[in-house]
Amino acid sequence: MVSRRRVLRGLGSGGLITALPGAIPVALAGAPTDRRLVVLLLRGGLDGLAAVPPYGDRDYHTLRGALAFADPGRDNGALDLDGRFGLHPSLLPLEKMFRARELAVLHAVATPYRARSHFEGQDLLESGAALPRGVQDGWLNRALGLFGEFERRLGLAVGHAVPLILRGDVPVGAWAPRVLPPLQDDFLSRLQTLYAGDPVLAPALGEAIQAQDMSDEIMGQGDRRKRPRGARVLRHVVKNVGRLLANPRGPRIAVLEAGGWDTHAQQGVLTGRLARNLGALADGLVALRAAMEPVWNRTAVVVVSEFGRTVRPNGTGGTDHGTAGVAFLLGGSVAGGRVVARWPGLSTGRLYENRDLAPTTDMRALFKAVLVDHLGLPARAVDDRVFPGGGNAARLRGLMQS
Amino acid sequence: MTLKNAFIAANRFGLGARSGDLARIKGDPRGWVENQIGPARAVPALAHLPSSREIANDFFKGRKDRKDEAKRKIFRKWLQRQFIAEAAARTQAQIDSEDPIRERLTVFWSNHFTVSARKPVLKALAGPFEREAIRPHVTGSFADMLLASTRHPAMLAYLDNLQSIGPNSPAGRRRNKGLNENLAREILELHTLGVNGGYGQPDVIALAKMLTGWSVGRGRRVTAGAFAFRAAAHEPGAKTFLGRRYGEAGEEEAETALRAIARHPSTARHVAFKLARHFIADSPPERVVARLARVFLETEGDLAAMTRAVADADEAWADPLAKVKTPNDFVVSVMRAIGMRMTRKDGDVRKLIAPLRLMGQMPFRAPSPAGWPDEAAHWISPESVLKRAELSMMVARKIARVGNPEALLAETVGPVAGKALRRAVRAAPGRVDAIATILASSEFQRR
Repeated sequence: MVSRRRVLRGLGSGGLITALPGAIPVALAGAPTDRRLVVLLLRGGLDGLAAVPPYGDRDYHTLRGALAFADPGRDNGALDLDGRFGLHPSLLPLEKMFRARELAVLHAVATPYRARSHFEGQDLLESGAALPRGVQDGWLNRALGLFGEFERRLGLAVGHAVPLILRGDVPVGAWAPRVLPPLQDDFLSRLQTLYAGDPVLAPALGEAIQAQDMSDEIMGQGDRRKRPRGARVLRHVVKNVGRLLANPRGPRIAVLEAGGWDTHAQQGVLTGRLARNLGALADGLVALRAAMEPVWNRTAVVVVSEFGRTVRPNGTGGTDHGTAGVAFLLGGSVAGGRVVARWPGLSTGRLYENRDLAPTTDMRALFKAVLVDHLGLPARAVDDRVFPGGGNAARLRGLMQS
Repeated sequence: MTLKNAFIAANRFGLGARSGDLARIKGDPRGWVENQIGPARAVPALAHLPSSREIANDFFKGRKDRKDEAKRKIFRKWLQRQFIAEAAARTQAQIDSEDPIRERLTVFWSNHFTVSARKPVLKALAGPFEREAIRPHVTGSFADMLLASTRHPAMLAYLDNLQSIGPNSPAGRRRNKGLNENLAREILELHTLGVNGGYGQPDVIALAKMLTGWSVGRGRRVTAGAFAFRAAAHEPGAKTFLGRRYGEAGEEEAETALRAIARHPSTARHVAFKLARHFIADSPPERVVARLARVFLETEGDLAAMTRAVADADEAWADPLAKVKTPNDFVVSVMRAIGMRMTRKDGDVRKLIAPLRLMGQMPFRAPSPAGWPDEAAHWISPESVLKRAELSMMVARKIARVGNPEALLAETVGPVAGKALRRAVRAAPGRVDAIATILASSEFQRR
């Protein structure tokens, strides 16, 4: 008899390491929610003023200088969103989603972090804490904990390691494209016995071994092209990840990451590094939407970065680490078609430390809204247990369709 | 006991045992480590590689032809070839090394001063950076390494200092260009004081200003690839940095500032913590960190003394399996264990680094200026643990005809192999399985 695991691991170029237990009783096939949540982390600090230029601000052109877009309708102009804010032309596919009210844009948002280090900034974005350090697990993992005990892994990390946002007490799955030939069952089970005393390797392999039937049914064949960089990484994974998420017995919450946003030099305006990366981001999101079509009306996708960038260009055609930036919220369950911003203005006195877009919305207010109004988690528990010690960041209302 | 210490020496401080290593080391494991802490030796595997000046020369020439698509393609291929050659040679050096602690220190420090091949020129320069700015100093002075790193064309390019111009300098006024604070920030946050090391945004700006003008020769007035000070781009005037006033001194300003922060207590603490985490445990005991920081301050950053202090720490010899190997060190230790030999033919060269790409740790391709992570939590996931097992199996298939599982076990993880591993190797259904079991075992994955 050919073993089940061998079949499923042999099928795809991808291996799903979630850990749906071996044989799932049908009664347990349901999940505590039928909603889907995707969090996309843009590592490196997305320039929010380039992605969503506030062309209506009277200081915009003066301060942005060579990096400013012309007004919508003119040559080399930004796309218009709402008469105040525009959209980078490379994000054209997102404009369609905006018109279809599937996309809400949040501007002047930031985590509580103010010191401009990528590494601390990302830690804070993912831990959900108010201060750097000290918090060892991720807010999304704590949120998963609110669903209570459940047989299946509801969370899925896409990539070679589990990012901080998903680390914590609740076990999560992980998936990345496979390249090496799959292993035989008996070898894996012997290895599992050998790892018994190893606190790091044993649980990791345990989860890997529990990968079961449905994973490869869902995955099918993937491609084996060279490892892509920046947001192009999305194109290679979203199809598979989207299909996993669309499956009724698949995970409900996935975290993806894309780098290449740290545009210190020659970031370009209509073309160039940043434009290419934004284009790849938009393509990735369109592909994700297509792969999740069956469940898109129950889906929310959150796109965030650790900080925005300086308002003024630096001396090298780029921008340095800043503070507030943009976040995107898209999906069939989003009350979109609007730019949500308490706009601080760009005049000199309004900038944060006379250099950055000032933050007026706490990123956690967005996260809370998604957890409560989309996933249906209790507001009180989200405040107390997912974002403890977080000051007064009340959740943003009205972001999701009621 | 001594055999266990030989295992620790070969793995904790080395890159894994080759056939015969444990027997050689067991007489005096600590001595084996200490004897490697001396002046740098030539590394045969690296002897054929070009210097950064040669690279820069070719780079500037090759870049001139950017308008012609065919020539551009040749240029891109040349960059890629340089990169592969560097990555493979470095891996080969690690596999062959007779003084592997020097290789470990090289990897550690080049990760501390990360230059990642994420810009075209760095594909060709990241390797020379490690060979020129890091290797010669791994048992020298921290300040010298900091200076060599910061002045190297690769670092100046990677963290954008080449384009940073003092806004009030002649060049800044003429072209309306300005500062780029990337290098200054990462020096303070990553290379020296550490993120909570007691500096603020004004210090970042001040250091960025002092660094303006630090640049690279392009083969006209100054040799291509050599350090060049462009006075016309230097921000004039006095700067206040970490509470101290620096009068206008051109090129020397930044050097004085770097030498000052190289012996700062925050730097001592930052470096001590990272070394202890690298060699002893993911969460190293505070007393070790404190001891190392003290040595750093007392010796003004003598890295030979620092390395000796790590090797002298009883904590480093307590638990033979405290750390999980990084993907790089796992792959290299596999190659050492099976006596991998490679020629420098192109196909072979690629084979050498393919497993590293697969395991997610390509040389010179760290994800950010912070370098590769150094903790098991970052490296071990369901995905990666499976990959390690798969690689073990693939290697086992390749060497099964010549491999001897019992000898491999004895000569690699023998001194710490548990009963379960010994039993599993004996009971394995064949030689392939037995070898794969050893390579994938917890004992082999750790150090």
